[in-house]
Amino acid sequence: MTSGKGLLKSERPAASGAADDGYVPSQRRLARERFRRVRARRAATVAALSTLVTAVVLFLVITRSPGWPRTRETFFSADYARQALPKVLEGLLLNLRLLVVCGAAVLVIGLLLAVARTLRGPVFFPLRALAAAYTDFFRGLPLIICLLMVVFGVPALRLQGVTTDPVVLGGSALVLTYSAYVSEVFRAGIESVHPSQRAAARSLGLSSGQALRFVVLPQAVRRVVPPLLNDLVSLQKDTGLVSIAGAVDAVYAAQIIAGKDFNYTPYVVAGLVFVALTIPMTRLTDWVTARMDRRRAQGGAV
Amino acid sequence: MSGTVETAGTNEEEGAAGTAPVLRLEAVRKTYGRESVVLRDVDLEVAPHTVTALIGASGSGKSTLLRCANLLEEIDDGAIYLDGDEITDPRADVDAVRRRIGVVFQAYNLFPHMTVLDNITLAPRRVHRMPRAEAAARAHELLERLGLGDRARAYPDRLSGGQQQRVALVRALACRPRLLLLDEITAALDPELVGEVLAVVRDLKEQGMTMVLATHEMGFAREVADQVCFLDGGVILERGAPEQLFGAPREDRTRQFLQRIIQAGRL
Repeated sequence: MTSGKGLLKSERPAASGAADDGYVPSQRRLARERFRRVRARRAATVAALSTLVTAVVLFLVITRSPGWPRTRETFFSADYARQALPKVLEGLLLNLRLLVVCGAAVLVIGLLLAVARTLRGPVFFPLRALAAAYTDFFRGLPLIICLLMVVFGVPALRLQGVTTDPVVLGGSALVLTYSAYVSEVFRAGIESVHPSQRAAARSLGLSSGQALRFVVLPQAVRRVVPPLLNDLVSLQKDTGLVSIAGAVDAVYAAQIIAGKDFNYTPYVVAGLVFVALTIPMTRLTDWVTARMDRRRAQGGAV
Repeated sequence: MSGTVETAGTNEEEGAAGTAPVLRLEAVRKTYGRESVVLRDVDLEVAPHTVTALIGASGSGKSTLLRCANLLEEIDDGAIYLDGDEITDPRADVDAVRRRIGVVFQAYNLFPHMTVLDNITLAPRRVHRMPRAEAAARAHELLERLGLGDRARAYPDRLSGGQQQRVALVRALACRPRLLLLDEITAALDPELVGEVLAVVRDLKEQGMTMVLATHEMGFAREVADQVCFLDGGVILERGAPEQLFGAPREDRTRQFLQRIIQAGRL
C-alpha cells in the first residue's frame, strides 16, 4: 500500500513531519507541496461543480417535461412501491438461489471446458473439438433465445422423467450460456501462464496432469478472478430472465403487480433491488482486483 | 554457504553403472522447422561424478542440447542414453526419466504461487510420494546448507535473484537426481550474485554430483569442469580438458570465440 501508489499520487507525508536526522524540508519541497494541494483542490471543485450542474439540469429537464406528472404517478408511486417491495423481495430469494446454484455449476463446467480445450495431443482431438464447438455456439446464442428454447422446447418433447419446472429449466439455460463465457475466461488464464512454468514442473517429473493441477491452474485461476467475478455479477442480473418462463422471481413478482393497474413502479423497485444486490458484488470485485494488483506490484518492486 | 551440500547422491544405480557414462548422446540431430538445424550429429559422453561444461555463442545449441537431454524437446535423429537406457525411445516413460534428472533454468522458473518450501517439496511429495513431514525436513536441511534457512516461508518474489536461483537448485536436488542439468544459471544474475550460486555448484562437484552445464562464465567452467565442449553452429567443434581447450585450443573458431570473450573481459 505504501510503496507504489503513494509516490504516484500526491500522498507523501506532509513536509511538517520532523525526522530524527534533523531534516528540514527545503523551500523547493514546500513550494511543490503547496502547488499540488492547490491543484488537487481546484480539481475537486471542478468535479463537484460539474456533477452538481449535471444533476440540476437533469432534474429540471425531467420535472419540467410535459409528461412528468403522469410519469411520476406511473413509475414512482410510493403507494405501489410499498405494495410491491415485500413481494419483490420474496421473489428475489429465487434469484439468489439461482445465482448460488448456477454460479457453482458454471464455474465447474467452465473450468472443465477450458481444460478440455487446452489438452494437447491427437488423442484429445474429439474432446477439444467438442468443447470448442460448445463454447462457439453458446457464446454466440443470445441468452434470451437459449432460455426460450430450453424452457419451452424441452417440455414440448414430453420426455418422461425430464422436469418441466421452469426454474430448473431456466437455470439450465443460464448455465449453458454462462459456462461458455466462463470457460473462455479460464482458458485465457491458462494460456497466460508462461510455458516455462510447465517446463519446470515437467522436468521435476510431474505428469502433465499434475503440472496442470499444481502449477498451471492455481496461477491461472488467480489471474482471472476479477473477470470471473464480473461474469458472476452479470449472471446475478440475468437470473431475472427466468421470469419469462413463469417462475415467480423478483421480476415476475413485479410484473404481476404492475399488470393489475398498469403502474410500473414495481419494475422500478425490482430494478433498484437488483442494483442494490450487485453493488456489493461489484465492490468485492474491485477490492479483490486492487488487492491482487498490489500484491503483484510489491512482487515487482523487490 | 560454507557447509557442503549433500548431493543427491545418486541413490540406486551407482554401483552397477561403475564408470559407464551417466549420459550419452549419439548422433543427435535437432531441427526447428525445415530450415534451422540446431544440433547436428552431436556425440557426447558424461562420466559419473564429472562436470561437463558446454560453452559457445548464443544460439550455438547449448540450451537445446540440455532441453533434449531432459526430453523437453524431441530430437529428430540419434539417441540419448541415461545410465545405458535409451530415453529417446518413444516407449520410454518420460516422467520416470525426468525424475532421475534435475534441471535448473536460467530464469529460475520457481512457482510464484507457492512458498519456497512448497516449491521444493512439490515433486518429492507428489512424484516420489514422500510424506509431507519428511519432505519438509529434507527441504529445510538443504535450505540450511545453502544459507537460506530463514526463507522457507517466503514467496519467490521476495527473494533476490541469487536466492531464487539457489532455491531452484535446492528444488532440483530435493529429488535426489542422478544427473543435474544447469542451463546458464547465472546468466540472469547481477555480477555480485553470481558468486553465491557458483559456490553451490562447486560444493556439488565436491560431493560427486554429475553435472552438465551450459555457461558463459569461462573462468568458472575452467575451474570446475572435467570436460569442456565448445559448440558452434550445432556441432561440438572441440572438446577436451579445460587446460587444453582454454590454454591451447586446436580450432580457429574456438580461438576466435575465446578471444572475443577475453576482449569482453569475461575470462
